[in-house]
Amino acid sequence: MRRLALALVALGALTGCGVPATSVADGAAPRPAVAPPGDDRAILHALGRLTFGPRPGDLERVRTLGVQAWIERQLRPETIDDAPTERALADLGSLRMSIPEALRAYPRPDPQMREKLQSGQLSRQDMLEMYPPEKRPYRITAELQAAKMLRAVTSERQLQEVMVAFWFNHFNVFAGKGDVRWYVSAYERDVIRPRALGRFPDLVRATARHPAMLVYLDNWLSTREDFVVPAGPNRGRKAGLNENYARELMELHTLGVDGGYTQKDVREVARAFTGWSIERPQAEGRFVFRPAMHDPGAKLVLAHRLSAFGGEADGERVIEILTRHPSTARFIATKLVRRFVADTPPPGLIERVAATYTRTDGDVRAMLRTILESPEFWSEDTYRAKIKTPLEFVASAVRALGASVDARGAFELARASAEIGEPLYQAQPPTGYKDTADVWVNTGALLARMNFGLTLASGRYARVSVDLGALVAGADRRQPAAVLDRLLATLVGRPTPETRAVLAEQLTNPQITRLTPDDRASADTDVAKLAALVIGSPEFQRR
Amino acid sequence: MDRRTFLKCGACSLVALSGPPRFLVRTAAAAESKGKVLVAVFQRGAVDGLSMVMPYGDPGYAAARSSIALRPPKVGERDRAVDLDGFFALHPALAPLIPLWENRALAVVHACGSPDTTRSHFDAQDYMESGTPGVKSTQDGWLARAVKALPAAPTPFRAVAMGPTLPRALQGDVGAVAMQSIERFDVRAGDQTARHGFESLYAQGVRDVISGTGRETFEAVKMLKTANAARIAPADGVEYPRGQFGEAMKQIAQLIKANVGLEVAFADMQGWDTHVGQGAEQGQLASRLRDFGGALAAFVRDLGDRMADVVVLTMSEFGRTVAENGNRGTDHGHATAMLVLGGSLRGGRVYGRWPGLERAGLFEARDLPVTSDFRTLFTEVATRHLGVPATTLFPGWKANEPPLGLFA
Repeated sequence: MRRLALALVALGALTGCGVPATSVADGAAPRPAVAPPGDDRAILHALGRLTFGPRPGDLERVRTLGVQAWIERQLRPETIDDAPTERALADLGSLRMSIPEALRAYPRPDPQMREKLQSGQLSRQDMLEMYPPEKRPYRITAELQAAKMLRAVTSERQLQEVMVAFWFNHFNVFAGKGDVRWYVSAYERDVIRPRALGRFPDLVRATARHPAMLVYLDNWLSTREDFVVPAGPNRGRKAGLNENYARELMELHTLGVDGGYTQKDVREVARAFTGWSIERPQAEGRFVFRPAMHDPGAKLVLAHRLSAFGGEADGERVIEILTRHPSTARFIATKLVRRFVADTPPPGLIERVAATYTRTDGDVRAMLRTILESPEFWSEDTYRAKIKTPLEFVASAVRALGASVDARGAFELARASAEIGEPLYQAQPPTGYKDTADVWVNTGALLARMNFGLTLASGRYARVSVDLGALVAGADRRQPAAVLDRLLATLVGRPTPETRAVLAEQLTNPQITRLTPDDRASADTDVAKLAALVIGSPEFQRR
Repeated sequence: MDRRTFLKCGACSLVALSGPPRFLVRTAAAAESKGKVLVAVFQRGAVDGLSMVMPYGDPGYAAARSSIALRPPKVGERDRAVDLDGFFALHPALAPLIPLWENRALAVVHACGSPDTTRSHFDAQDYMESGTPGVKSTQDGWLARAVKALPAAPTPFRAVAMGPTLPRALQGDVGAVAMQSIERFDVRAGDQTARHGFESLYAQGVRDVISGTGRETFEAVKMLKTANAARIAPADGVEYPRGQFGEAMKQIAQLIKANVGLEVAFADMQGWDTHVGQGAEQGQLASRLRDFGGALAAFVRDLGDRMADVVVLTMSEFGRTVAENGNRGTDHGHATAMLVLGGSLRGGRVYGRWPGLERAGLFEARDLPVTSDFRTLFTEVATRHLGVPATTLFPGWKANEPPLGLFA
């Protein structure tokens, strides 16, 4: 890989002296902007970072269109037709339901059901009729999981899907906590998706008000001190401040853990958000501001004074203070650069992306442009430097094989992602899943990846159809080396000489070549096994 | 060697750079391992400590639970809680653990838990596994820190979690293995070609996290095969309860008997969140406890004398309300009971100060208050049984209570 990289003279020129235009931002640090190199390695790099991995033919398509034009298209997902994906999603009804509709369509189980079953009052059959699996709340999560996988595999709006996954993970909610399961579909659809390439402060504002976040981080229960619950099952109980959302808003959503806030700020922010609650969580599930729960006193947040009786606007004011803070610019820049460039983000690029944040009021598209125009993004050290997360790995393997998938197949693939360590929408902690190699690389997980390769390539996932013949079309199957080269070109584009050499050695194995000693002409190379080896190889774990 | 030299050298340097797996590198500095094993068991969902180890001597227990209180123990009557010390009794479903109690191989720590007051399962589990209540930014788990503090050992199986991912408690830079089952811990193909192919792919190439872990993986696969761990059957007459937890404990016993160098194992069990229809001597909680206690008892019998080197420590993120709720269940509470089995334990005792169930003394007037910080218990087990130095185990915490005195 290194040798290959060094041999690329064009790229050497780019990283060396920055031939293309260097522009200076208004007042910010100089931003050496580079145009993307047009060679195949650069195209594969862009595909690896901005999509869930190249499909057969993508390299050629981007080559024809030009990397720059292709990136521009991906940055404008609304201009890309995605009708086939939308059609494939049609079976997943819960995706289109409002929260009240979901609450009605997937009722919570009758608490007495288990007892009645155990005592024999209710037969299993009756239970299944009264409460069929397709009406149970877990269906919502299952359909979301299938949808995420389906979109990752088939959507043409790849960068948008990458960013939806990125922001969901940044503003993580856990589908298993309380009523979140009924809210999570709407949360992704109405809050995250429309703003995935929009402005960061809008994401903070929208997540703060959504019932999924209000439940997940408990803000809906947070009240001024000494508030006495006036009605309901907890009538007469003294409630009080809950710091959960306030802390995570600063630690995980905006400033970052070292962003310069104190425990006093956590209390003050929590006070500002008191009263941000939910109207009838199990019937309506919409945001409501409850003045009686709100702490009307003045607050002091990061040295900004909020005067008394601010009401609902207190929370808005806090979001404004936080999203304009330089720590937030740096924190968001760091996470984006870590996702798109390297586990250890280059500090210079962080500063430039942070400057873009500050200049554009957190415009995600502008920040992505800063990254995609940076020499760091196109540098040789960045090529295949990221380890794929389980979702990225599974989706990239299915895409590389050019397999076709329907919603049910996508659900099977989501289960595979869980087996490799990333059950979708099931990250319990508010940190979401980590985006660095250390969490994803362990012995059991690597074996699971190899075994996934074997199962997928041999066509053993129901509703995921793999056409190996098409994959090596044009190569003579009696010529194992030709089959291997065709396969490597399709699956990894430009394999390292080492990977190629090891796989070529496998061709001496009669169980792979299926050569017979007496009649070499009857050879029929085991393409499935070779493909599985490629998918499970170290190289394919990287993007 | 810089990259250019490396590139010039070509294939020969590839071999030099690829190197042995991380755990073998560590051998150079390795001291003699003591052969001690700690098995941590997490009851996820918050077990009702008050009915697991019932304080029948406290009138507050029966008073608070009109339909789900266990009846006090009575000699000669079946399906009754089993007396421990005249004040506490074990849930009847845990009766298989009574011989351990009598042999002083089982201790209970009651009113144990976290100083953090969250009633959120996921926060409380996170805090108990990171070992830093109230602090979410902690990167590694307390068990990973324990392993890291032990002398290095030439085995990939120092720390193993039964399950598809590493639990928070074992996350960190110790190369802990997550496995779903010993039998499935292999390349699953009809013949050997796939495994050999993968092995060659991971054997070549640069020394990076993927290839390094890959080599460790195949070392681990081979070590398991050589030790024939999958073929090691439970001891005669020992039957583990069916189900995920029994299976996990059975496999941990297999790993211990296979002598693959296990130091810390982790297993968990779900289903303790009994908000509705908890039951008493029979019912929902009883059936979970039957699997739980059955698996622990089978594990102890399966290992026999080897239990002298093994301690099992059970934990749960918090306990449940003293009073039953309107659905014949219990809601999220505060302190719970934790069990310690095996090793050189001074068992046959319930440890920890009993705070009493009078309303005035309850936490927020509803929950069993915590009188023993879980870190006091965990520290004692890790230092006294495994020999881990206490200093790095729970960053930012200094015990302000005396040790429980669990070990002789």
